[in-house]
Amino acid sequence: MSSSSLAAPRATRRGDDTCVPATDTRSAQAVVRVTGLSKRYDDGFQALKDVDLEIRRGEIFALLGPNGAGKTTLISMICGLVNLGAGQVTVDGHDVVRDFRAARACIGLVPQELHTDAFETVWSTVSFSRGLFGKPPNPAHIERVLRDLTLWGKRNNRLLSLSGGMKRRVMIAKALAHEPSILFLDEPTAGVDVELRREMWELVRALRDNGVTIILTTHYIEEAEEMADRVGVINGGEIILVDEKTELMRKLGRKQLTLHLQEPLDTVPASLSAYSLELAGDGHELVYSYDAATDSTGIAELLTDLKAADIRFRDLHTEQSSLEDIFVSLVRESR
Amino acid sequence: MNWYAVRAIYRFEMARARRTLLQSVVSPVLTTCLYFVVFGAAIGSRITEVEGVSYGAFIVPGLIMLMLLTQSVSNASFAIFMPRFSGTVYEVLSAPISHYEIVLGYVGAAATKSVILGLIVLATANLFVPLEIQHPVWMMLFLILTACTFSLLGFIIGIWADNFEKLQFVPLLIITPLAFLGGTFYSINMLPPVWQTITLLNPVVYLISGFRWSFYGMADVNVALSLAMILLFLGGCLTLVWWIFKTGYRLKA
Ligand SMILES: Nc1ncnc2c1ncn2[C@@H]1O[C@H](COP(=O)(O)OP(=O)(O)O)[C@@H](O)[C@H]1O
Ligand SMILES: [Mg+2]
Repeated sequence: MSSSSLAAPRATRRGDDTCVPATDTRSAQAVVRVTGLSKRYDDGFQALKDVDLEIRRGEIFALLGPNGAGKTTLISMICGLVNLGAGQVTVDGHDVVRDFRAARACIGLVPQELHTDAFETVWSTVSFSRGLFGKPPNPAHIERVLRDLTLWGKRNNRLLSLSGGMKRRVMIAKALAHEPSILFLDEPTAGVDVELRREMWELVRALRDNGVTIILTTHYIEEAEEMADRVGVINGGEIILVDEKTELMRKLGRKQLTLHLQEPLDTVPASLSAYSLELAGDGHELVYSYDAATDSTGIAELLTDLKAADIRFRDLHTEQSSLEDIFVSLVRESR
Repeated sequence: MNWYAVRAIYRFEMARARRTLLQSVVSPVLTTCLYFVVFGAAIGSRITEVEGVSYGAFIVPGLIMLMLLTQSVSNASFAIFMPRFSGTVYEVLSAPISHYEIVLGYVGAAATKSVILGLIVLATANLFVPLEIQHPVWMMLFLILTACTFSLLGFIIGIWADNFEKLQFVPLLIITPLAFLGGTFYSINMLPPVWQTITLLNPVVYLISGFRWSFYGMADVNVALSLAMILLFLGGCLTLVWWIFKTGYRLKA
């Protein structure tokens, strides 16, 4: 996929169906603002619990959570597929219920499942999407999108003749047909082969570079790690953490040095208070957390000071906490 | 008003009909023509005129109505049922398009197809039986109003149905019997008195009667009553559609 032209040119024409930010200064930063959103399905299941979330303009935001966490529900409520329970959602300053035209005109949605009209051609189904979103025909734009997604050669093929990977590209092309400024990708790489996954990541970056805000859901940690500027972790219908990915990576980059002591300690000696130390294993283990990303880990100094404090150890080992560990422990905690 | 969206849906539906020309046009026209060949020409020659109109000509308006009702319902119900069934409805629901625009697109296309079918059957019938149309404007009005009303009804059924059986249920078990008993093949005056009264509970009677009046100037019930019934129906369907979208019934969780 080339990364040239998938941009959403800033809207120039004013009108209901054009993606124009509301003149609300607060929305300058947060392009999607979710406040107090809850959802109880008809069967009584509480899928979302009082979710607050802000997506910043131009970022790639990864909503990370296990299956059934409520990712699709959250996206569906923002995009109008599921009725709002309690709460409010604004997109570019437009309320998604009261001002649904303006809000939705900004949004492109690629749902989790492959839903396609089997008998339509690639060209007609993508053109249909553009019309549906209130845009006048623009064959040049459709051509660009199809070329960027390497679908141009298949433009006259019926969808039923395409492979799963191709269909997924068509879904993306449909979502981009109306030049949205915000793109939702619900599990874009679930069940996708490695090659297409790489291409998908490239595409997402290219879109972001062209000013499109991307919100993707995933249950692959590596995907969030690879792609996102910020990560939100969702579990059991609750957002349990939202953070810059680099911040998470810093936490991720933290290593632990565990010293198995010969004599147990009751407390960490005051002489060592400069280090971030914790006692574990009934005082038999001294755990030192340090930032592996920096040049000076402080281990050498620690060992010297330990010797000075006359603390001996039998053995030592280091371990690195992964995002996966963080994620698993977060999810466990929130239960 | 998002005209581009209405146009997109309308064109999508019309293209679907073109793709399935055999099923969407040839089949209903052929079936209806067989009716007036068999009933009109074969049996009609044994039956005397009905109130001054040859039997073959008498049944044409009713047959057109019969086809109009079943085609409108099945067409419009399928149009919205399929996207729900296949999941592609997500796109319509996420688009910057109001409920009325969605209805306008789907129901407008279904009604257009029905009216075209009606006119094709009318033209074909003209080859077999001598037709006269005394009130062409009223004829078109009845045709269009009925097509719109029953396309709306079909749209509602397509949303209500959660499987193919239910989708077939209403056209097959309600519309067709009511249409057959609605005076397509006979004038109500030919029925025993009790049945004349009972028949008036059948809404299709009013449609066929009004439509036939626009051809031959004869009616089982007052034309104004026919028109009122259609408008009442139309209003009822519009209210139901309004409720469906207001609550997101069967469309949104
Ligand atoms: N229409 C529905 N009716 C009832 N429960 C639902 C419905 N849709 C989703 N759920 C439930 O809500 C929870 C969250 O689902 P979903 O948002 O699809 O999660 P995710 O996308 O994170 O896998 C799941 O437990 C699911 O079973
Ligand atoms: Mg999901």
